[in-house]
Parts: sequence; structure tokens; C-alpha cells
Amino acid sequence: MTTHPPELIAQHQLTPSEYGKIVEILGREPSYTELGIFSVMWSEHCSYKSSRLHLKKLPTRGRLVVQGPGENAGIIDIGGGYVIAFKVESHNHPSFIEPFQGAATGVGGILRDIFTMGARPIAVLDSLRFGRLDDPETGARNRRILSGVVAGIAHYGNCFGVPTVGGETIFEPCYDGNPLVDVFALGICRKEDVFYAKAAGVGNPVIYVGARTGRDGIHGASMASAEFTEESKQKRPNVQVGDPFMEKLLLEACLEAMATGAIVGIQDMGAAGLTCSTCEMGSRGEVGIEIELDRVPQRETGMTPYEIMLSESQERMLLVAAKGREEEVYRVFRKWGLEASEIGVVTDDGKLRVRHHGEVVAEIPNRELADEAPLYDRPHTYPPRGGLIPDYPPTKLQRTLPAMLAAPDICSKRWIWEQYDYQVRTNTVAGPERTDAAIIRIKETGTSIAMALDGNGRYCYLSPREGAKLAVAECCRNLSTVGARPVAATNCLNFGNPERPEIMAQLVEAIEGIAEACAFFETPITGGNVSLYNETLGEGIYPTPVLGIVGTLKTAEPVTIPFKNAGRKVILLGGIGDCDDTRFGATQYAKEFIHELWGMPPALDMEYERRVQFAIRKIIAEGLAESAHDLSDGGLAVALAECSFGPAGIGALIDLDSDLRPEMLAFHEGPSRILISTEHPQRVAAIAEKYEIEAPVVGVTIEKGLEIRQRTITLGAWEIAALKTAYTQAFEGYVR
Amino acid sequence: MKFGVIVFPGSNCDHDAFYAVSQNLGQKAEFIWHDSSSLGDVDAVILPGGFAYGDYLRCGAIAKFSPVMGAVRQFAAAGGLVMGICNGFQILVEAGLLPGALIRNRGLKFICREVRLQVETVDSPFTNAAGPGQVLRMPIAHGEGCYFADRRTLDELDAEDRVLFRYQANPNGSLHDIAGILSRERNVMGMMPHPERASDALLGSDDGLVIFHSVLQAVVKA
Repeated sequence: MTTHPPELIAQHQLTPSEYGKIVEILGREPSYTELGIFSVMWSEHCSYKSSRLHLKKLPTRGRLVVQGPGENAGIIDIGGGYVIAFKVESHNHPSFIEPFQGAATGVGGILRDIFTMGARPIAVLDSLRFGRLDDPETGARNRRILSGVVAGIAHYGNCFGVPTVGGETIFEPCYDGNPLVDVFALGICRKEDVFYAKAAGVGNPVIYVGARTGRDGIHGASMASAEFTEESKQKRPNVQVGDPFMEKLLLEACLEAMATGAIVGIQDMGAAGLTCSTCEMGSRGEVGIEIELDRVPQRETGMTPYEIMLSESQERMLLVAAKGREEEVYRVFRKWGLEASEIGVVTDDGKLRVRHHGEVVAEIPNRELADEAPLYDRPHTYPPRGGLIPDYPPTKLQRTLPAMLAAPDICSKRWIWEQYDYQVRTNTVAGPERTDAAIIRIKETGTSIAMALDGNGRYCYLSPREGAKLAVAECCRNLSTVGARPVAATNCLNFGNPERPEIMAQLVEAIEGIAEACAFFETPITGGNVSLYNETLGEGIYPTPVLGIVGTLKTAEPVTIPFKNAGRKVILLGGIGDCDDTRFGATQYAKEFIHELWGMPPALDMEYERRVQFAIRKIIAEGLAESAHDLSDGGLAVALAECSFGPAGIGALIDLDSDLRPEMLAFHEGPSRILISTEHPQRVAAIAEKYEIEAPVVGVTIEKGLEIRQRTITLGAWEIAALKTAYTQAFEGYVR
Repeated sequence: MKFGVIVFPGSNCDHDAFYAVSQNLGQKAEFIWHDSSSLGDVDAVILPGGFAYGDYLRCGAIAKFSPVMGAVRQFAAAGGLVMGICNGFQILVEAGLLPGALIRNRGLKFICREVRLQVETVDSPFTNAAGPGQVLRMPIAHGEGCYFADRRTLDELDAEDRVLFRYQANPNGSLHDIAGILSRERNVMGMMPHPERASDALLGSDDGLVIFHSVLQAVVKA
């Protein structure tokens, strides 16, 4: 074995000390193939070397948690003998380089994570962030990225047959060269049918199934672990091409093969492909795995061991079968027209041994490779944010509300979600923009699952800790507003370069914020993903933790956002709330009309938030709300308008008893507020009193129009059709 | 009665159709694998939505060669009731069991949306339980659902009362707003909208049930 030149080691993004550790583990210099294997397994993407220390702070246990972090997806018991598996994962870097395939394979990857656990995927949500579409310089590129990402998600999810039922889409200049594409997936499984990615049984065959291995995606994991430079655009060949039909076949075949009882363990080949699946399965099972690369089905000739081990070709799975029962497995894969090949065997020496033409090309202890990557306690120093509070002039709500409804972050994203099949599998009780959380019924149990996926880069930029807590609170509020009890969470942590202390500080603060809020709301984190180095040419994104939270509820007609009947009392659970100049700087109003970001995010009182959520769940359970919508981006005025966009065309006459300046009153984004309309104001008031929350009656629903007054003085009065046009048609204008 | 639901490897509305006819309609149903050469003892067969063999080529272009399509042809020739929904419709036109073609949506994008359909004829085993001119609410979900045919075919469909449904607001550019058609013998139908997704009021509409009820009525009478 030769000593590798320092440049080659650096090219593999390994530091001299990391290289030293490799030599120590092996007791010799690594071969070229081994160098490649270490470089992907010890990349930030696979090893979480910068974040692991802090991720330990997250609460991961709970009464319903069957499987926490460390597997392909988290698992929660939903009763009736069933569990759900879910996780969110990012595909940010590939989606910038090649939007369509980058996003498509992102969906493919997370779906495999779900069905690897034995669960059939039944819902997808996506959280998307792009640069501004109307920017004169970058707008055209951002529009192309958006169109490509949306088409890619649609292509993969629609063909695979999983409904894409919700999500969010946000636009900020900081995502210009670095879009965020975070995809959440959820699957269902009988409790006793859960599978784990663990190899066991010395002598058991290791079987490769699915697509053949090609030279695509080599070093994808390392690419996702570096900042973007001008050269990154040349990395298009590192992005893989997705084949959703192949994935559908894999899904059906894997579930069917699992049902035979002949499979011991199974893992998908995602980031770092064959390398990751072999050493992780070996490490989890505390066994060794030996494979012969000649037996790996290959799409191209002349591939080197290095290329085969590092390829990220899509739609491939690795499984360990019970010796003697291989034929049962092969029979299923043949039925689905898939190739399955025995490529190796489980051994007792704890090592990943890779042979090529019979010759050993890599021999590495699994545990050291998979679980003992270097761990960094990177310096983190928190720079003061905030900036100066600008002077901002009073504006007229009459004019600002329609403009706000047409703002890119606020307006209807129908253009996006109509491209997704959000109904396939006939479980979608509430799809996009009907309720605050998507609802999927579970036919097998007679219950339903509600899901919310949410992040807020602006809040987190000002205070990663408070912003992260607000994201958790908002997701939980989304769920509570449809009557669901939040039970568990997953997170996707999108940040810049952790080697910069201020970025590392954002990550640490956000994790601690999530930890605090998830513990408080009793929604343990069961898994997730960390995406670092989201920077282009030294410009970092806003710190953007994205939270996915799931809740359970009875299957019933959902309480949707729009007002249904005139003459109902409109109640603002939680009250009008408070705001000041400092807390106004992260709002959509500040973004759209002042073009600034300053101060602090809205103030969150978690104790109060929890009581508001208890109250709304009680109100929904007792059937007292005809409509329900929580306040978020754009505050009260936007929420009132959205409640007025129902098929019945019912609006409201609102009169607010408040001292706040009108812009703040209409648009502040204080949390813990939910707007309902009800025929039973006394019963609602009694519930509010019980939970000690404010619940002012702010108005009444009316046949036509929306009018907002402040202590009898009209701030604005609109025809609903005019507002609705602004809201529904804006987006097509941006993407054109 | 008993429905057969054909399962191509890329079918993804097979379970939905099965659920609609078994749970929502309350009839027997069975899956039929794409390499079967017989349909068994079913009274009606459904070709469900999805992406039969991936549909990377024209939708349904490969499916028409599958073994089960031979059985479907025989079944149709013997007067059996055949329903093609979405991808099933695409396959039936590729197989020549229905005229015309389904091409890329006018807007070039996949569309998932609830639409309103006008029932154009009740003289069929698929609409006999509907009222003349009845409007049905149900979703579409397709990228290639723009019905296209030459003038003579369109005239023929009109003249022979073979247009089953038209869109009230044409979502995809289909000629003559056509959403569903019948074969000349009126026992084979294809439609792009999804009645199986509109078979449970909880999910927004159960207007699709009228189509399955019609099939049931036709089979029971026969």
C-alpha cells in the first residue's frame, strides 16, 4: 500500500488528522478504494460529525415511540396494531445543480427510507425555499429551479403512487444560489411487520436488488458536504437520475418479500450507496459483511471497485436473507421483474470486506467506519443580530391587504400543488390549502393522521433558538387546529458552513430550541436529517430548521379554513396578542412593505400556547367550530381573508378592540392564535375560560365582503372576489 | 356481482378501485395480475389508473402488449363490461378498443383537480343510474388526458351517442370537452376522471358511485 499524496486526501475532503485516524484504525495506509469509502462515510452528510454532539440534546423518547433516531425512519405506535414510519430529508444541493432530477431523487430517497422499514408510503409533504422569482438578476434562474423542482417531485411521487398532500413554499434572496428542497414522507405498517436495517446470522446471504449500478452520483454525499462555488454547476454528473417506476416495483416487491419471513434485514442504498448500506447494516448487527463486486449488477463495463462502492445509482436495496430461504425472496423479485443477486455473505469478524475478481480491495471494521467518524465540537459564537429598528410610515390596510395576499410567500400555491397527485390511495381527507394540517385517513385503523411541515428562516435568522421553538409551536398548532393531538416530530436542519463559528452557533441554538419545545409539547424527535454547507460563494442561507410533526385524530369530516355560514360569531382564540417595533421586524409586513429584517421574532409563551391548543382541540372535539384557521404569516388580516375564500363566499365584519397601531394589529405574527367561527359562542367561551385563555369575539360572518374595523373605525372593506383574485392569481404571474 | 381489477406493475389506483367497488359499493372484487391470460369469472373489469409499465414511452403503449390485454379483448368481444379509468383509458385507446388518443394536457403540466362532468348519455351500462344531463363532481389527476381524434371519429362519437361525459370547464384541452367515451357496442368505456376517488363523501364527493351503481344494475339485469 502506498502513501496517498496530500492533495488526493484533501480532494476527498478528509483533514490530515482524519486521515491519521484512518491509518490508526486500519493499522496501515488505506487503499484508494478504502480512501473513497472513508471519505463518504465520514462526510458531514453521512456522519453528522459537526452536529452529532448537539443532536444528542433532542428528546427522542416517548410513550408511543417504537423507533427513534438511528434507523432509516422513526416509528410511532398509532394504536389498533399499526405503526407509522416517517422522516424528512433534504435534497438541497442536487436540486440546485439539476432541479428536476435532484428533487425527484430526493422524493425517491425518502420513500425508500420509509418502505425499508416495512411501511407502505401513504403521504408526502414538501418544504421548498427558493430565491425571489421577480429578482431582475436571478429571477429567471429561480423560476427555472422552481419549475424543475416542482415537476420533479410531481413526476416521482405521482408515478410511484403516493399523494403529495401539503407543504410550504417560501422565497428569500438568501436561497438564490441554494434552494432548499426538504421532503417529508410517512408510511403505514402493522406493528409486528416492522423491518430494521440490521444484518444478522453469520453465513446468511447478502442480496442486491433493483437497478443496476452505474457511474452516476459518485461522491454525491461529499458534494452535499461542501460549499458551492462556481465549479459546482459543473457537478451535474454527480446528480442521479430517478426512475419512479423502478421504485414502485421495488416497493411492492420488498413488501411482498418481507411478508415471506425470509428477510432478516434490509436497507436502501441512498447516500454513499453500497458502501453505506453494507457497513451500516453490519455495524448495527455487530457482524461483518463480505461482498464480491463482480456479482454486483452493473450498467457499465469497466467500473473500478472505487466507482462501484461509491456510486449513488438510485432504486437499489440491499438485504440479508435467511440462508436456505433465498429462493422465496428471488421468486418475489422475479414476479416483479426485478434483478436480485447474491453478492456476499454475513461474517463474524465485524469487518466490511470487499473483493473484486476475488482479490480483497477493502477491509475495514464496520463499527469504526459507520459509527466512529470523527466528532467535532466546533466553536460557536453567537453574533448579535437585530439591527436598527427602521422608521416605517403608516399605511392603509385597504391597499396593503390585497398586496399582502399577492405576496409570494402568502398567495395560493395552487399552481404548485395541482401538479401533485394529492389524492391517490383515496385517503386524503384534507389536502393542500383546505386546512392548516394535511389529514390522511388510515383505512386499517379507522383513525386519521394529521401532518404539518414548517420552517421560518426569517425568525431563525434573528434568533435561531426562538425561531426553532416557534416552528415547533406552529406545527403543533396546525395539528391542533384540525383537532389532532401532536405525538411525534422529525426535523431537517438546513444551515450554512459549520466551520464558521456564527453558523455553528445558529445550529446549536436551533437544536436547543427544538429540544426545549419538543420536550414541552411532548413531540419527541424520531429522526431527521442535517444539511450543512448551504452556502454559495460564501453567502449562507438563513438558518432554516424545518419541523415535521404528526398527530392523531378520529376519522371525521374535517373542520376546514373557510367560513361556512353567515351570522356566526368570529372568535380569536388566544386573543389579539401583543407586538412592538422589535417584534415586528420578522413579519411578512416588514418583508413586503419595509424590505427589512430586524429585531426579534414574535414572542412565544409556550405555556399559553399549550393552553390555546388544548382549547381548540376541545372545541373541535365537541363540534363547536364551523371553521378554524391558525394565524401565521401575515397575521390576523391575512387569516381573515383566507377564511373568506370558501365556496360559499362568506365574509366577515370584524371590529378589533386594540391600541396597537393598525399595521401591527392587522399583520403582527404573534403565535398562539386561532380564528374560528361558531354558532355556540357561550360554549366556546366556557372552554376558553377553563383553559385560561383569551377568546374575544372579534366579529360576525356576513354574506358578502370583508370589513376590518379598529374600535368602530374602518381600516378596510373589500369585495371578497377582489381579494380572492389577488390571492389565487398572483403566483401564476410570478412563475411566468 | 364481481369486479376484476387489473394490476399492471405500475398501476397505482388499483387498490382505490378495489376499495370503491368492494367497500363503498359493497360488491365482490378481485385483482388480476398483468400476466394472466384469463379474467376468471368476473362480471366487469376495471383497468385502473397509474403508470402501467412506467409509461416512459407513450402512456399505455407497452401495456397494450401485455398478456392480460388479450383476455380483456376477448372479454370485450364477448360483450363483457370494461372500464378504463385514467391510465386504463389510455391503455384502451392504445389497444384500439376505443377510438382516438390521449395526448399531453394543453397546459403541459400534470393536473390534479376536482372537475364537473356532464353526463352526456344515460344509454350505457356505465351511466344508466344517472339522470340525463346530471352533473358529477370528481377529480382528475393526469398529465396526458387531452382527448384527441380526427373529425370523422368525433362526428361518429356524437352521431352514435358515444360521448359519456364532457367537462363543464375543460381542464386539459380535450376536443369537444370529451372526458369519457364508449365503444360502438357500448360495453367498453374509458374516462380520464376518477370515479373511485369520488366514492366516499368523506373525501369530498361520492358522485362517482353512480357509475359503479350503473354497472351493478346492468350486470344484475343481464
